[in-house]
Amino acid sequence: MNNDIIIRAEKVSKLYGKNKKEASELLKNGADKDTVYKKTGVTAALWDVSFEVKRGEIFAIIGLSGSGKSTIIRCFNLLNKPTSGKIYYEEKDIAQFNKQEILNYRRNKISMVFQNFGLMSHRTVLENIAYGLEVRNVPRAERVQRAKEMTAMVGLEGWEDKPISSLSGGMKQRVGLARALANDPEVLLMDEPFSALDPLVKRDMQFELLSIQSKLEKTVIFITHDINEAFKLGDTVAIMRDGKIIQIDTPENMSTHPADDYVRQFIDSADKTQVLSVKHVMVPPACLVKPKDMPSHAIREMANNDVSTAYVVNEKMQFLGIVSIDDAIRARDENLPLPTFINTDVLTCHEDTLISDVLSLAAKSRYPLAVLDNEKKLKGIISKAAVLASL
Amino acid sequence: MKEYLLKFPEAWQFDVGSAIDDAVKAFSRNHREALTFIKRGIITAISGINDLLAFIPWWVFIIAVALIGWRVSGKKRVGLIYAAMLFFVGSSGLWDHMLETLSIVTASVILSVVLGFPLGIVIALNKRAGKIIRPILDLMQTMPTFVYLVPAVILFSTGKTPALMATTIYAIVPMIRLTSHGITHVDEEVVEAATAFGSTTIQALVKVQIPQALPTIMQGLNQTIMMAMSMVVTCSLIGANGLGMEILLATNRTEMGRALMPGICIVFVAIILDRLTQGLVDSQEAESK
Ligand SMILES: Nc1ncnc2c1ncn2[C@@H]1O[C@H](COP(=O)(O)OP(=O)(O)O)[C@@H](O)[C@H]1O
Ligand SMILES: [Mg+2]
Repeated sequence: MNNDIIIRAEKVSKLYGKNKKEASELLKNGADKDTVYKKTGVTAALWDVSFEVKRGEIFAIIGLSGSGKSTIIRCFNLLNKPTSGKIYYEEKDIAQFNKQEILNYRRNKISMVFQNFGLMSHRTVLENIAYGLEVRNVPRAERVQRAKEMTAMVGLEGWEDKPISSLSGGMKQRVGLARALANDPEVLLMDEPFSALDPLVKRDMQFELLSIQSKLEKTVIFITHDINEAFKLGDTVAIMRDGKIIQIDTPENMSTHPADDYVRQFIDSADKTQVLSVKHVMVPPACLVKPKDMPSHAIREMANNDVSTAYVVNEKMQFLGIVSIDDAIRARDENLPLPTFINTDVLTCHEDTLISDVLSLAAKSRYPLAVLDNEKKLKGIISKAAVLASL
Repeated sequence: MKEYLLKFPEAWQFDVGSAIDDAVKAFSRNHREALTFIKRGIITAISGINDLLAFIPWWVFIIAVALIGWRVSGKKRVGLIYAAMLFFVGSSGLWDHMLETLSIVTASVILSVVLGFPLGIVIALNKRAGKIIRPILDLMQTMPTFVYLVPAVILFSTGKTPALMATTIYAIVPMIRLTSHGITHVDEEVVEAATAFGSTTIQALVKVQIPQALPTIMQGLNQTIMMAMSMVVTCSLIGANGLGMEILLATNRTEMGRALMPGICIVFVAIILDRLTQGLVDSQEAESK
């Protein structure tokens, strides 16, 4: 049950304007948003958008301003009605909900965090957080209790009775987040929630969101125009352009296999060290030797591959260390076995480590880092130059 | 030259005015009892308010206004100035006239709020209602105020009742307008948040839109009070007693000095009412920042 689909958009389109029929015809024939607008005066905010969101994942949607991100996310809680297409929540078509079902859906299943916080300035912090509970008539004592828990969770203890105007931007969005979580919804819709914050506060909030999400395992649909944010937070990233989805993928796949030039441009603007792990930039070791190999064999291997160090692995490919060509020559001359000269003092890292996290290691190390998997098997090596080149 | 080119042809003139006159008169004849009933109700209400005001000893009244003025402005000096103004009214022998004026103003402000506030909300929430009512409001506001006096007199003869009616028609407009303006201009994202968390229309209105619009609504109340104050003076023409009547009498007798005193009193009362309600607006604004 953990990997099932919680929300699904199926061929969703949203057109603004009078002449929708003609506009749809044009769009069906492949016309783009600008052409359609010039010819019919209709804005195609969304066209034929389909995707699935898995329970418990953070689904990031990214795109430039005007690409339709807000339009689609607002369809999920019925603030917008699609012109055509369907949205399913747990396989129920939400367009079929009657009035009361819509209220219940919004009160229990799905809540929203807004770009400019959307807080009610005439209410205190606690009263804001308790708003969703209040409208569904949770008794006062209970909602105060629950709102207090939420206040604590977002780190605002002591601010419960303060007016909203006394908070900084970051604190306001913490209130927004707490308000959305107070209802204990299944899905959290976040429309550029951190865009209005300065970079440092933004990083704090991203961290906060990740840690809350790992605790509560909510499904999050997260909108941003910042590719770094999308890659950092998203388990899945969808990239939108002019009302259409261009690519849906994991951050790693998207950065290694961009669907087209547009996506590539977006990704080029990203700080890839935050996305790519070392396995994306490592190279196979040029020269591998086994402990029981003769020193002369090791020397020949190194000479053939034109390198001055060899990586030593056992039968199971587990990494033991390195030998330099000088040591191998000494071993041959003094007739000692190769293992005597294995240098185990080599820095290693796991293949899934983010590049940003090995930057300092790679800079310190005299040799390329050895990249290992879970069983300590040598998967490749990564040189300082390769790390720097990936930046 | 044909005459009809020089002068608007008489045959094409039709007399809407007297048709309306006849209609209003007929209405007043046919609904005599209902109108009398309304009239009695209104007179009871106004004299009730008057009795209430008169029940307060003059010095308590002055001290109370001074204290409120001090509270609202935060300055002792302001409270003292208000007290001095009211003292001036009393020493000019116009205290009772002031209370009479105030009771009509109060009654018409209450009526304006009771009718205007819900109407403003309806206009804000229902575009079609807005399209119909807005032009009527424009008309009500641009019409010379004297025009209201005549039908009021035909329906209720002279005295406080037609004065209240005319005053309310004139003063209700800002209440309606600013209520609706306040509600429609609440931050869209905040209203959206209310909706997104599953508020019903009524919940969103009561818990979010009205409280958020309160500073603007208070501004409307302030304007309504000021307009009622100015209209009540005009209403002395149809027999509303009070400060306005004193001016009217003095003017008829061309007694400059006797007209001046009530004139100054009206200005004082208006200033005090304006500042006190403006203070209310400011404190609302400060709260919702
Ligand atoms: N109410 C509306 N009426 C007309 N056009 C709209 C409306 N809302 C959004 N749009 C248009 O739809 C497109 C997508 O908008 P939006 O979803 O807000 O983009 P984003 O959130 O990605 O910046 C834009 O071109 C915008 O102008
Ligand atoms: Mg947007």
